[in-house]
Amino acid sequence: VSELSTAARRAVEAATGAGAGEAEAYVSREGGRTVRVHGGEVESLTAAIQTGVGIRAWSGHRVGYAYGTDLSEAGVAAIAARAAEAAAVADEDEFAAPPVPAAVEALPGLSDPSIAEWETARVVELALRVERTALESDPRLVGVETAVYADSSERAAIASSTGVAGEYESSSCYAYLQALAEGEGARETGLGFGLARGPRGLNPEAIGAEAATRALAMIGAGKPASRSCPVVLDETVAASFAGLIGGGLSAKAVQRGRSPFAGRLGETLASEAFALHDDGREPDGPASAPFDGEGVPRRRTALVEGGELRSYLYDTYTANREGVGSTGSAARQGYRSLPAVATSNLVVAPGALSLEELLAAAGDGVLVTDVAGLHSGVNPVTGVFSVGASGRIIRDGALAEPVREFTIAGELAAMLGAVSAAGAEPRWVPFGGSVSTPPLLIAEMAISGS
Amino acid sequence: MSGLIDEALAERALARALANGGRFAEVFAERRRGQTLAIDEGRIESVQSGAEEGAGVRVVDGNTTYFAHVDGLEPADVERAADEAASALRAEGTEPRPLRARKATPLPIERRPEEVAAERKGDLLRELDQRARAQGAEIAQLNASYAEARREVAIANSDGLFTGDDRTRVRIGVQSVARRDGTVETGAETLGAHRGFELLEDDPGQIAEHSAAKALRLLDAVPAPSGSMPVVVGGGFGGVLFHEMTGHGLEADHIQKGASVYVGKLGEPVAEPLLNAYDDGRLPGEWGSDAIDDEGQPTQKTQVIEAGRLTSYLYDRLTAEREGVASTGNGRRESFRELPIPRMTNTYIAPGEATPEEIIAGVPRGFYAVSFGGGQVDPATGDFVFGVSEGYLIEGGKVTSPCRGATLIGNCLDALAAIDAVGDDFFMKTGICGKGGQKVPVGTGQGHVRVRAMTVGGTER
Repeated sequence: VSELSTAARRAVEAATGAGAGEAEAYVSREGGRTVRVHGGEVESLTAAIQTGVGIRAWSGHRVGYAYGTDLSEAGVAAIAARAAEAAAVADEDEFAAPPVPAAVEALPGLSDPSIAEWETARVVELALRVERTALESDPRLVGVETAVYADSSERAAIASSTGVAGEYESSSCYAYLQALAEGEGARETGLGFGLARGPRGLNPEAIGAEAATRALAMIGAGKPASRSCPVVLDETVAASFAGLIGGGLSAKAVQRGRSPFAGRLGETLASEAFALHDDGREPDGPASAPFDGEGVPRRRTALVEGGELRSYLYDTYTANREGVGSTGSAARQGYRSLPAVATSNLVVAPGALSLEELLAAAGDGVLVTDVAGLHSGVNPVTGVFSVGASGRIIRDGALAEPVREFTIAGELAAMLGAVSAAGAEPRWVPFGGSVSTPPLLIAEMAISGS
Repeated sequence: MSGLIDEALAERALARALANGGRFAEVFAERRRGQTLAIDEGRIESVQSGAEEGAGVRVVDGNTTYFAHVDGLEPADVERAADEAASALRAEGTEPRPLRARKATPLPIERRPEEVAAERKGDLLRELDQRARAQGAEIAQLNASYAEARREVAIANSDGLFTGDDRTRVRIGVQSVARRDGTVETGAETLGAHRGFELLEDDPGQIAEHSAAKALRLLDAVPAPSGSMPVVVGGGFGGVLFHEMTGHGLEADHIQKGASVYVGKLGEPVAEPLLNAYDDGRLPGEWGSDAIDDEGQPTQKTQVIEAGRLTSYLYDRLTAEREGVASTGNGRRESFRELPIPRMTNTYIAPGEATPEEIIAGVPRGFYAVSFGGGQVDPATGDFVFGVSEGYLIEGGKVTSPCRGATLIGNCLDALAAIDAVGDDFFMKTGICGKGGQKVPVGTGQGHVRVRAMTVGGTER
């Protein structure tokens, strides 16, 4: 039994000792580094160490939470006492109860040794290479705002008075940059990114080139005419929308009447071309883990299949409320947050068409390569959205001039019914959570431009 | 300073940070305490409290910053961060100057929220719940939250500065959901300040009523129009328009990287002469105010637009140094786990002379955006977008039907230059601003403002 598991078990004992009927503790230790480069120089180099504990305490059917960074015996006792006090403030909720332990199958391969093996100088070189690739791609590529490499290695342990116990290790890294291109009297930006479990999984040239390609493609962009037309969402945009849909499939949102998908289980919402599942054990998934934020095993959950809405995502509380089982969907943002229902790795099923074939199928329309204002332009309760967008005109089935400063509008559930094809090549995208999706062709969407 | 770290430890850590060279070093120590609770379905839930301590140490050498942060404020923790920050340097050690304590006066807090019983906060949420539901049977759901946060910070640097601040913020938020047959609408409202529990002693229940009234009004909404038209933006959180459209583009890091449409525009006219705008981190009690910024620089009032001309960018220490100017006290960080970067504090368009009625009366056909859910800008291109949370049609100089699903979109320079009326009904609202992965509290403010033409992206077919 490791130090972290021991700390978690002690925290549970401290909470029950402070008066909690049942208790659960989550302890994590994380180390990481971030490199930001600009103009061929290192702008900043960050080394981080974080350790903390979050304690959930139940007093009958009341639940409270406290977290802190002080893992000394006195520190943990103080946090445990605050968790027990917090429970006393909450109202009784008959479904609030700790999870019952279930067998957790190990999930090896979440930690990449290249993080530890690559010295800082080597990841600095990777970040510089990302920037250089973009800068050297084209004379119209005038700068890179910042190129960033970051990695982290985390160990997390969970324990509860009901017998939950688990621990795992995982690592992740990413690199991204925002390239600046200039032409026709305006500046354009383009994002490039890559994710992996360790630096050896990143391709700095591909990341740099993606940002350059995206920025250069936008030179000369004008406003498209307002109309309704076929729209192709590229992987990054499709991922953002998938994330919004995943949010609406949280049983908490559904049970509280704050989801456009409430009461629609079993309904045919989507076209045959669209299928979606959540898989917390997907080997390539950035969010994979053997168990969720309350120790329940991660698993695969079909959400939309054959056009039909098959399931919502549940944690222990929302599952208790409906008398079903948790789907292992309690997520935590580290020790500072209460576990809450969220997607793990969302996977949109790929179809058969290449991007060229999707564009050809669209005929005349718009390829959307970026959206902005998702946090304010989408009503998560109704699913009505209108968000800023940029991309390329599709004319006669091929890419034509760039366009920006327009909005795309619609309604999430209706959009699923309008998916007429999915691309064949999916990609992991860190937008909308952790999402793997191909580009998607939407038969019709409202565009508002000039 | 606030008893976070003593002078001897700060001096020792600075010396160790500069042990392998560097022209500047800084120790930032912080204690964070907070409590949040929520009400949903009439039940108090999500009661949680946090207590964190830690330090961030940075060393600047040439154009590079070396930064390390650790949890914990024991001498060994702080020294470990200092050693880690210094570890990538290879030069001769440099000497920090001896520390001279400089006292900053934190904003006054009348009633410490941590001394108010949690039950009282729960009762407050119950009141919000009841007040909102009392607005009408069509209020189907309500959730409200209460949050208090205290940040005690101490800052010591190799120039000899040793100072600190003690900041307490309180904020409540309410979201009402109204339902009629198949139609669902939401209304949200917040109230927050850099103040203690005294903020909530007047009548916080009003914001619950406002949020419910908003959701109920929207039940009669028509889909928002699409196209270019005059837009009147409401007071208070309408100021997020200026925050996104101009404020971000004035942050000196964007300027120095050529990633802002305001590069080279200092002294130039960018707006009509009726426009005056400020960033002011010293507004008493405001959400975005602090006594000092997160580099120890006293906050200040900076005029950024004077009679339509651009007069200043917003600087932190490093960007100011690069340009040979003084920091404007805008070096802010979310916590000891982040590096300071130029950020807005409270940003606002100063009150004008028109009444809101006059401003609206001047619009034959247009859109009235009372409030926004938020906004986003790409400072490099100037493209922005705002989600309208409460909007109406303006027809014949009068406000008519409520509209759902509107987004405003445009380009900063065009839209700023198109502001042709500023109202006298000035007030401030609270926001949480994200940049570079860091969230900080910011104030936004203005009276009613009219933009000659802007693109409204609605859902109307």
